[in-house]
Amino acid sequence: MSDHDHYYHPKDLAKFGEVGKNRPELAQKFFDWYGAVFADGALSAREKSLIALAVAHAVQCPYCIDAYSKDALEKGSDLDQMTEAVHVAAAIRGGASLVHGVQMRNHAGKLGM
Amino acid sequence: MSEARPPGAPRSLAARGEALAAPARQLEMLARVPLAREFDEALQPADLWPLRPTKIEIFQINVGKLCNQVCRHCHVDAGPDRRELMTRETMEECVRALAATDIPTVDITGGAPELNPHFRWLVEQCTALGRHVMDRCNLTVLELTSQRGLAEFLAAHRVEVVCSLPHYRALNTDRQRGEGVFEQSIAALKRLNALGYGDGRSGLKLALVTNPVGAFLPGTQASLEAEWKRELKRNHGIVFDALYTITNMPISRFLEWLDSSGNLEDYLTRLVNSFNPAAARGVMCRNTISVGWDGRLYDCDFNQMLDLTVEESAPMHIRDFDRARLEARSIVVGRHCFGCTAGAGSSCGGATEK
Repeated sequence: MSDHDHYYHPKDLAKFGEVGKNRPELAQKFFDWYGAVFADGALSAREKSLIALAVAHAVQCPYCIDAYSKDALEKGSDLDQMTEAVHVAAAIRGGASLVHGVQMRNHAGKLGM
Repeated sequence: MSEARPPGAPRSLAARGEALAAPARQLEMLARVPLAREFDEALQPADLWPLRPTKIEIFQINVGKLCNQVCRHCHVDAGPDRRELMTRETMEECVRALAATDIPTVDITGGAPELNPHFRWLVEQCTALGRHVMDRCNLTVLELTSQRGLAEFLAAHRVEVVCSLPHYRALNTDRQRGEGVFEQSIAALKRLNALGYGDGRSGLKLALVTNPVGAFLPGTQASLEAEWKRELKRNHGIVFDALYTITNMPISRFLEWLDSSGNLEDYLTRLVNSFNPAAARGVMCRNTISVGWDGRLYDCDFNQMLDLTVEESAPMHIRDFDRARLEARSIVVGRHCFGCTAGAGSSCGGATEK
């Protein structure tokens, strides 16, 4: 099976920088900002890494899940903490669906007898 | 803490009769991995080849491979089954060599160095010479019934205690170091704190060491230290002075795990790709001399475990110690050395990039 038989390929993660081959000034702004975002600040780099891991699951980006599973471990999180972060993402996704049940109830309430 | 080991407890490579227990087999395994470049090729553009000592500031003594733990990542292949221990005579040669120099720091390691029956004698001799003594302590040894009074002894001799604790939670600590190790480690840290260790006022320095629990590099030392301090204080009321991050070296039991888990090539590639010239300038072999349990001399504890003695032009045994000749030597390097130069670097004192 060739590399192109999948939309996603693990080795492509290492090629992320290649998006800067066209309009490098735009890519540079992104990567500078990205680096600054993840530095220790009011939140620690470890906490930011866990947020990134959770968001990676919410947006279901396999590259981000790969990158931030490793990053979270390197930043000092353990599997309990990482699993809790994924549950947070899942809870918000699930909750976001469920809370729209209120809209459903509003519509049904208006239309129904 | 009981000193009996449960049946089925992990054992050293040597005890299991594994071929990989032999350093030559470890070097062969490393040599088979396809890598983009060798360590000397990485040093050349950084103007560090051949690698030379700066000045010997740390006299590191490995007093033996005996340990009460069998950690999965141990580069020494230490364990309760190991019987290699430094004799009193070899220790006397170490003290004689030390007394003839002004090397300020003595770093005592193992195994669990405290289990050497002459450990306390060695500490007393080194402190009597006015040297700063560091004890590389696995923490659980402080809880052994046979070691009663050990913490008090270390405090009385103002020994800096450098303790292994891979994580501030039990999960990863026990995964790397064995079931129940975290709980015992916390008890030992509280024992040290009660003596004034780590309080920032007593002068009794308590440092923790963290190794990644897996095939990845440690995070930023300063950032992890802040987390470790906050979490150990919050959850256990424990204080300490410093956290050192150490990269796992691809030798001995960690090498075995890398190979069996299918991580070996990716891990070595990561180390090579993360080569940092600034970290390389600060590697510990440049300011350390390492003495093996049998008195042979090495550039570092990792070379010691690979049977790579100092180059032949230098004195090769502690009885022949000659500081000037040792400081004129070239340091023996190999592929495993990428472990000390990746990212922010790694040494017995943590990250090396200043």
